[in-house]
Amino acid sequence: MDKDGGATGADPGDEHGKLPGKPVGRRVVLGVTALGALGVAFGAQIENGLNGVLASISSKDPTGLTGLLPGGDGFQFYNVASSLPYRSDTDYRLTVDGLVDRPATYTLADLQALPQTRLVKDVQCVTGWRVPNTEFGGVLLSQLLDAAGVKPEGKALRFTCFDGVYSESLTLDEARRPDVMVAHQMDNAPVTRDHGGPVRLYVAPMYFYKSAKWLSGITVTDRVITGYWENYGYDVEAWVGKSNGRSGDVPIDGE
Amino acid sequence: MSDVAGSGAPGDVYRFTTAERWVHRCTSTLMLTAIASAAFLYVPELAEMVGRRLLLVTVHEWSGILLPVPLALGLFFKGVRADLTELNRFGPQDKGWVWRAIRRGTGFAGPAGKFNAGQKLYAAVIAGLVVVMVGTGLMMWFTSLAPLNLRTGASYVHDWLALLIGILVIGHIRMAVRDPESRHGMRTGRVSRTWARREHPLWEAELPKREPED
Repeated sequence: MDKDGGATGADPGDEHGKLPGKPVGRRVVLGVTALGALGVAFGAQIENGLNGVLASISSKDPTGLTGLLPGGDGFQFYNVASSLPYRSDTDYRLTVDGLVDRPATYTLADLQALPQTRLVKDVQCVTGWRVPNTEFGGVLLSQLLDAAGVKPEGKALRFTCFDGVYSESLTLDEARRPDVMVAHQMDNAPVTRDHGGPVRLYVAPMYFYKSAKWLSGITVTDRVITGYWENYGYDVEAWVGKSNGRSGDVPIDGE
Repeated sequence: MSDVAGSGAPGDVYRFTTAERWVHRCTSTLMLTAIASAAFLYVPELAEMVGRRLLLVTVHEWSGILLPVPLALGLFFKGVRADLTELNRFGPQDKGWVWRAIRRGTGFAGPAGKFNAGQKLYAAVIAGLVVVMVGTGLMMWFTSLAPLNLRTGASYVHDWLALLIGILVIGHIRMAVRDPESRHGMRTGRVSRTWARREHPLWEAELPKREPED
């Protein structure tokens, strides 16, 4: 077994630690590792600098392949269900129930008829990617809660989705913030199916997993019932500003 | 472990031990699993097709974190250690070899030892990349390990290097596809003397002239 190793292990200098040649392999491994560490340290800045360039390249690329390159202000598509959920604009329903005085069911047209709000903020994924200055339009969650009349014992919200799998949670105080909405518009267009359309949640001050896609149900509960990713160890209170590092993204009311 | 000695044509020479071939087999399986799961997590068209993010994430995390394990276990075997030394050390014949191979083709880049400089460089770059990918991957897996701006850097590095690894692995497979006997060598541990003389003449010259008869 050893004969090829021994035979190829070059000259007898091996035993005395005087190996032939230079240890280029080890230097390359260490070099790549060091470059990777530098990339982690400065990647956020590099990404900011390169995003404009990448976005302008991919806007001129008819194949769309450059859109797959990392960065370039791109969203990444996440779906925990086994197939891509679908509701047509006319079939869509959003129910509000639980500990409320007036349970209600909204169609998309109903939501569009309510007073509308627009928010332009960064989308921040917990794994690190971000999409700056994304515009969401829709109805403030607080409006729907006021219309339903939350009973005194109502303390939290549970969100369910028509993918049949995903769920999320907020406390009542969080839900009433002026930067938490039920969105049907994104960047001045209807929220697409991929982005959780026709209607999704948008919780601006928190990591994006709180912004449930394909929203179909809001239930007022007496306590927080943890959502999908939260059951796998992610924070229930997923503040972007608080958890770390992002100074430029202070929640609207100082939190 | 004895199959190397028991089979093969009389003119064959040993190239890889059983331990080495298992290290390669396990590493390539893990690497292809990590790459495939990465594609289904990252490329929107593929992600939309299969969904099931939690399952894909789990497969990707574990295939990725286990990538260094086969080689680490291989370190218990002498043949693996000996070839790691071969891969690490660049001799005079390796100087400028990659450059010549790019310009004139690998067949005209000058004689090589057991591994040519391109193979040595590939091994080292992939090894370094795996270290970085495991590190950045852990930062995204356990999100409380690092503050957000480092996590942003980590996912940016992870995404770009994934692209680089994809290109390198495709190149590696392409080389293997074009050289059936090198694949035979990785599969059985043995190559013909003529192949060794053509592809790795400096190594072939060092081999015993005839296989011992035992």
